[in-house]
Amino acid sequence: MSVKSKNSDAFSADQQRRHRLGHAWLVFFQAATVVGIIALMALLLNIINSSFGFVLLEDTVSRESLSPSGVALEDLSRDDLVTIFNDNVSTGLFTRYEREKPFQQRTQADVYALVIDFVVEPEIKEQWSLVDSLLNRDEIQAIAINEHPQGHLEFRNWLDWDFVRSPQSSFVELAGVRTAIFGSLWTIAIAILFAFPVGVGAAIYLEEYAEDTFISRIVQTNINNLAGVPSIIYGILGLAIFVRALEPLTSGSFFGVADPLTANGRTILSAGLTLGLLVLPLIIINAQEAIKAVPNSLRRASSGLGATRWQTIWHHVLPGALPGILTGTILAISRAIGETAPMVVIGASTFIQVDPSGPFSKFTTLPIQIFQWTARPQDVFRNLAAAASLTLLIMLLTMNASAIFLRNRYGKKQ
Amino acid sequence: MAKSNSSPKPKYAIESVNLSVHYGDFQAVRDVNLKFEKQRITAIIGPSGCGKSTVLRAFNRMNELVPSASTTGKVLFSGQNIYEAHVDPVEVRRRIGMVFQKPNPFPKSIYENVAWGARINGFTGDIDKLVEGSLHSAALWEEVKDKLDQSGLSLSGGQQQRLCIARAIAVRPDIILMDEPASALDPIATLRIEELMRDLAKDYTIIIVTHNMQQAARVSDSTAFFSLAEDGSRAGMLMEFGKTQGMFTNPKRKITEEYITGRFG
Amino acid sequence: MQISNSAKKQEGTQVDLRGKPRMSEFLIQNFLMLCGLLSIVITAGIVFELGKESLLFFGRQQWEQSNKVLTQDLALADSQIHLDTVGSQLENGDLLRIDEEMLLVLDAGSTQIEVERAAQGSQLAAHNQGSEIEIASTVSLLEFFTGIDWNPQIGKFGIWALVNATLMTSLAAIVVALPLGLATAIYLSEYASQRARSALKPILEVLAGVPTVVYGYFALTFMTPLLRTIFGLERVEIYNTASAGIVIGILILPLVSSMSEDALSAVPNSLREAAYGLGATRLETALRVVVPAALSGIVAAFIVAISRAIGETMIVAIAAGAGSSFTFNPFEAAETMTGHIVRISGGDLSYDSLDYNSIFAIGLMLFLMTLSLNIFSQRIVRRFREVYE
Repeated sequence: MSVKSKNSDAFSADQQRRHRLGHAWLVFFQAATVVGIIALMALLLNIINSSFGFVLLEDTVSRESLSPSGVALEDLSRDDLVTIFNDNVSTGLFTRYEREKPFQQRTQADVYALVIDFVVEPEIKEQWSLVDSLLNRDEIQAIAINEHPQGHLEFRNWLDWDFVRSPQSSFVELAGVRTAIFGSLWTIAIAILFAFPVGVGAAIYLEEYAEDTFISRIVQTNINNLAGVPSIIYGILGLAIFVRALEPLTSGSFFGVADPLTANGRTILSAGLTLGLLVLPLIIINAQEAIKAVPNSLRRASSGLGATRWQTIWHHVLPGALPGILTGTILAISRAIGETAPMVVIGASTFIQVDPSGPFSKFTTLPIQIFQWTARPQDVFRNLAAAASLTLLIMLLTMNASAIFLRNRYGKKQ
Repeated sequence: MAKSNSSPKPKYAIESVNLSVHYGDFQAVRDVNLKFEKQRITAIIGPSGCGKSTVLRAFNRMNELVPSASTTGKVLFSGQNIYEAHVDPVEVRRRIGMVFQKPNPFPKSIYENVAWGARINGFTGDIDKLVEGSLHSAALWEEVKDKLDQSGLSLSGGQQQRLCIARAIAVRPDIILMDEPASALDPIATLRIEELMRDLAKDYTIIIVTHNMQQAARVSDSTAFFSLAEDGSRAGMLMEFGKTQGMFTNPKRKITEEYITGRFG
Repeated sequence: MQISNSAKKQEGTQVDLRGKPRMSEFLIQNFLMLCGLLSIVITAGIVFELGKESLLFFGRQQWEQSNKVLTQDLALADSQIHLDTVGSQLENGDLLRIDEEMLLVLDAGSTQIEVERAAQGSQLAAHNQGSEIEIASTVSLLEFFTGIDWNPQIGKFGIWALVNATLMTSLAAIVVALPLGLATAIYLSEYASQRARSALKPILEVLAGVPTVVYGYFALTFMTPLLRTIFGLERVEIYNTASAGIVIGILILPLVSSMSEDALSAVPNSLREAAYGLGATRLETALRVVVPAALSGIVAAFIVAISRAIGETMIVAIAAGAGSSFTFNPFEAAETMTGHIVRISGGDLSYDSLDYNSIFAIGLMLFLMTLSLNIFSQRIVRRFREVYE
């Protein structure tokens, strides 16, 4: 039966419509792709916008009143400044700074800064975003002169070295993320110390030793499922097991290092172990991929020379898989650093000013700090939250860049 | 694609004039001048790497799918150069169909495979009849008529290739290009395809690329022999073209004779 | 594989090929196996802890005012109590508490009830006129799953308020992320040049790496004001589920797009060529051949993204609102399951309270929801992959 017919009228020749339709959809696809980029730009610009800008400061105690002889405060000698500091702050605060570094050893600029921070106590009356500061400079200056004649206008980088180096403070002007950063680093360290060997070990077992039995398939499915469990569940698990059930261990009282009055399980150790559980599936899956990528010919060559299985793994497979494993670990760290929910559930402290001294200290982390500052209604906390977010993003960017660098540099050697 | 009313009906189904194809800086084929008679089977043979597939794909603008490809020269179909700016490649490909080396049916039902091309081209007639007719023409109807809704991938290799042929026929092309259609198939399936080709030639112009000389000899009316240019540039060029019988018994050029007698390629 | 290393070649001596026991190999292998099995321990731990505390949640008594007040003094020997006629219903078998004494209701009339005094080991006590009666209740499964209010203060434990808020934010996220993510994937896989792809993919990766708390900040400080500008200050509250939901959508968009793109790229090029050969446009090829062929992977991507949206915590904790309320209006505040857990555990939490146990009950529900979604998506990929190949 022949269907031959040169009659092309059987096909309605609406090429125009088909091409127009194709073009319309292409525009939609491109627009969709652009949405993601726009969202990222909006996010970054929003944060940067709140991280820099003019602030209007009013001194709580005027500088003139402190310097009786008419000399400007900043021109006074170091010893004079020390006297002013001593006269105007509590003994506790004075001794604390004296102990930290004796005043005789401090520079004049150093003491002047202390006097400004703790005696003059400039208070932020208003703040403006970066865009505002750049575009409406004149208006802002007018407002400053008209409504706050006592104050002075200053362009403030909310994210600067002082911010990174200062601990949390009830004074917004002085608050920094130092304790939070240390807390983050400590918890990550513990998490990796736990999760890396166990995770890589599990991956080695699954890839090199385990037969394809029912049990091993269950284990594999189980790991894949654990990777998809919401992080807050890990927080709940950590709360029940590390904070509560294992309290003697995690609070340090078992080891005799904890203050019996304030000790509880909400310590860096609990947080670190919880994060460790969270990233464990990621490390396992990643390490498995890296081990799988090592060619079989290598293994056969090694065992052909009489090596045991472990020798083959240790001397040949692991070195070959190591770059991939490290890259995966760095990615897991990036994920863990940004985790907030489990930390809240574990019981991160809301206000610590002291750097963590060990695994049994109370802790706070950078994301927790951002969370707290964001939740406060006053405008000025937005700036702190933005600056802290920017700090976090920079940390992450560095880590991911090094992961990509590792991947490119060593991946090619395969 | 507008048909000009004033020019006489072309004698040849399709012809190329000084056709050259480049991939980036590399010239894959050079100055191909070929004319293909209507409702005949023409074979393109030659050693591997001499651009046979590239030439074939130039005839329905499939080379354009490779970003670095560029084509010069003309390909005249129905009195027009299909490479002119106003020509829609989509329309060209409907009228000049293609069957590929490895059967590639869609992961859809057998029915859908055949109907799909007609549907998107806006077929206005009875699709059921079209599907049945195309499967008949591809000598596949009897084997699949009871399982039209099963997946096309459930067929054997040879059946899949015939399904691809049915699919190509369903859009009512004028010409069918076949790129080594039987090379992935077993000998029995191959013979069936060859039989099918002779049937199809009653209604369609067929151009087949094959590395199998015996196949060319069995199946084609005319043969074009390609080989690498003798100046060492690795560009494919048409060496000889003529009636199949004559070429195999009495090749005009030495290089043709060497290929046919198996001295290279 | 063990090959003996004592194959000495000596004339006339038989080569010793017996395997020697290798202690270190044995130990290492078992250590590694333990590492592997640890994951099962973790899952067991999750299920066990969530289950145990949830049971406590459902079994725990809480006391609420019964609105009944003693209108007579009770001496130590009295076992009949005179009541007001107004107040919550008392039934036989109910447990009451007056001050520190627990009493078991033996027979409840309209104005008079008969009780067993000092039930459950509490001390007999004299009670004055005006003492209030508290009635014990436990959270029943029925109430948990059918109640609409979650308000522990007044004894309301219906989880639907929280689930509803979770579903609303997830729905907003899905509406944003699934179409846009798939469209992005189609663009990257079927249209974009190599250069465009290598420029765009890293940007999407960065988007995926932003911590959720930063997204929460973004939702509160950018998205909410934006919505309020567009829809009006009166219609959109400062905390609302729409803003949180949209930002969750942005969060999961890279997930959808990269998983879908993997699925689309895995479709062999021969199928595209076949379509082009039939005279199809690029759009027709992409939408009517490639996408259907990659469908199982795309559906799996969708399901993983939905699961992620449901489990998202910080964005809703910051931007969606505290204090649960059951509402279908996306511009109103509502607390999700995850937001509630964070709020409760962020405050002062005593270990033996109903609030503490409720965390686990809600957590268990969350765990089951996401687990079933993840298992479902794995099944789909496995089942349809066979059909395709």
